[in-house]
Amino acid sequence: MSVSVALEVNGRAVSLELDPRTLLVELLRRELRLTGTHVGCDTSQCGACVVHVDGRAVKSCTMLAVQAAGAKVTTIEGLAQGEQLHPVQAAFRNCHGLQCGYCTPGMIMTTVDLLRRNPNPTEHEIREGLEGNICRCTGYQNIVRAVAEAAVTLREAPAASASA
Amino acid sequence: MYAFNYVRAGSVAEAVQAVPGGNFLAGGMTLLPSLKLRLARPDQLVDLAGIPGIAGIEEVGGRIVIGAMTRHSDVASSAVVRAKIPALADLAGGIGDPLVRNRGTIGGAIANNDPSADYPAAVVGFDATIITDRREIPAAAFFTGLFSTALQPGELVLRVSFPIVHRAAYVKFPSPASRYAMVGVMVVQAGRDVRVVVTGAGPCVFRLPAFEQALVANFVPAALEGLTVSADGLNQDLHGTAEYRAHLVSVMAARAVAQAQGR
Ligand SMILES: Cc1cc2nc3c(=O)[nH]c(=O)nc-3n(C[C@H](O)[C@H](O)[C@H](O)COP(=O)(O)OP(=O)(O)OC[C@H]3O[C@@H](n4cnc5c(N)ncnc54)[C@H](O)[C@@H]3O)c2cc1C
Ligand code: FES
Ligand code: FES
Repeated sequence: MSVSVALEVNGRAVSLELDPRTLLVELLRRELRLTGTHVGCDTSQCGACVVHVDGRAVKSCTMLAVQAAGAKVTTIEGLAQGEQLHPVQAAFRNCHGLQCGYCTPGMIMTTVDLLRRNPNPTEHEIREGLEGNICRCTGYQNIVRAVAEAAVTLREAPAASASA
Repeated sequence: MYAFNYVRAGSVAEAVQAVPGGNFLAGGMTLLPSLKLRLARPDQLVDLAGIPGIAGIEEVGGRIVIGAMTRHSDVASSAVVRAKIPALADLAGGIGDPLVRNRGTIGGAIANNDPSADYPAAVVGFDATIITDRREIPAAAFFTGLFSTALQPGELVLRVSFPIVHRAAYVKFPSPASRYAMVGVMVVQAGRDVRVVVTGAGPCVFRLPAFEQALVANFVPAALEGLTVSADGLNQDLHGTAEYRAHLVSVMAARAVAQAQGR
């Protein structure tokens, strides 16, 4: 059996015929070649695969592509405006919030959603908000710092995140 | 995953008609990982996401009614749940991580009845009613054992109705890795009744009548001093021994009473 799946990815309309078993992350990486979204565990644990579906951060390895039919999906590739990084991306760079970078797309997508719901999080709230994202390099200190810095930038210039 | 057909149901009747030989698909946070492991081979998945009227939260005559497809994150952030039964908002906000809460649903969580799941403690603690496509099931009859419930094959949970009670609190000791409850205790004071309900510790949620009687007499943490739980039959795994879990039950129960007192 195959199913037709029509959705919007980073503002672009996409329509595909897929095996219903296709995961959202497989649609993104394999069919659309958007390889910024990573697969770390494939078992819903690590958060490397986080994307936004209708504005909510979700693990794309634990969602069927067909479940996203009709939805608007945003991946890490959809955050920057041309050459201008999204404030969360810029903060991760400024604060050295990454080492190997494997977890980073997921960390950033989770952070964008976190700061939209809670624009002024405490350090504790940041750590809880990143509960579903695992990093095996950084020890998290600079990631938490990056989220705090991004929160300040976004509070001062909220329009910067409006598109994502 | 083994191959399956995908059906997006447009109504409750369509879903129930399509499901024989297959599974309902809600948030997929439990079902999809188990299909990846080839633990099941359903002929079809019947997606509930397109059915109107089974997601959302309403206050109706002294009760909070939550649609089966309501996400954990929506219960956690609901203004009416926060105001009327904050213990339930806390519980939903402590499930897994934000990404799991953005997909997982109350219907899926209770239908699945994982021994370490949080919601069963609230459903039994509040003496909620489970409304399905064919009947109403009282909480006390719903959770029947390890991963099992009173649901018949193909029976669809539509809503869960929680009475608004005097005060309640839920405290859990999460597994450091998954955040599932190693032990979670819900304490509810409803009129003269007190219910103390434990999840995570045994194969299925259970009540602690001795703790409840002590709290009916005096609703303070000190009322539980000296009361213990036997480790017999409790869960034992790499996260902790049965004895450790038994100890955690008393500690979590006292903390939950202390929290409920402040409400
Ligand atoms: C990393 C991770 C951490 C987690 N941590 C926790 C935790 O700390 N605490 C906790 O309680 N849970 C936890 N969960 C589980 C989570 O709460 C899931 O939401 C829940 O197990 C299932 O809900 P679902 O909507 O995803 O259901 P699905 O996975 O879609 O379905 C689960 C089962 O229920 C059936 N079903 C679904 N909806 C209905 C319905 N309306 N009527 C009848 N049957 C139905 C399905 O057919 C299936 O058999 C975790 C999950 C993950 C992946
Ligand atoms: S790859 Fe999806 S959670 Fe790890
Ligand atoms: S930077 Fe390497 S996993 Fe996070």
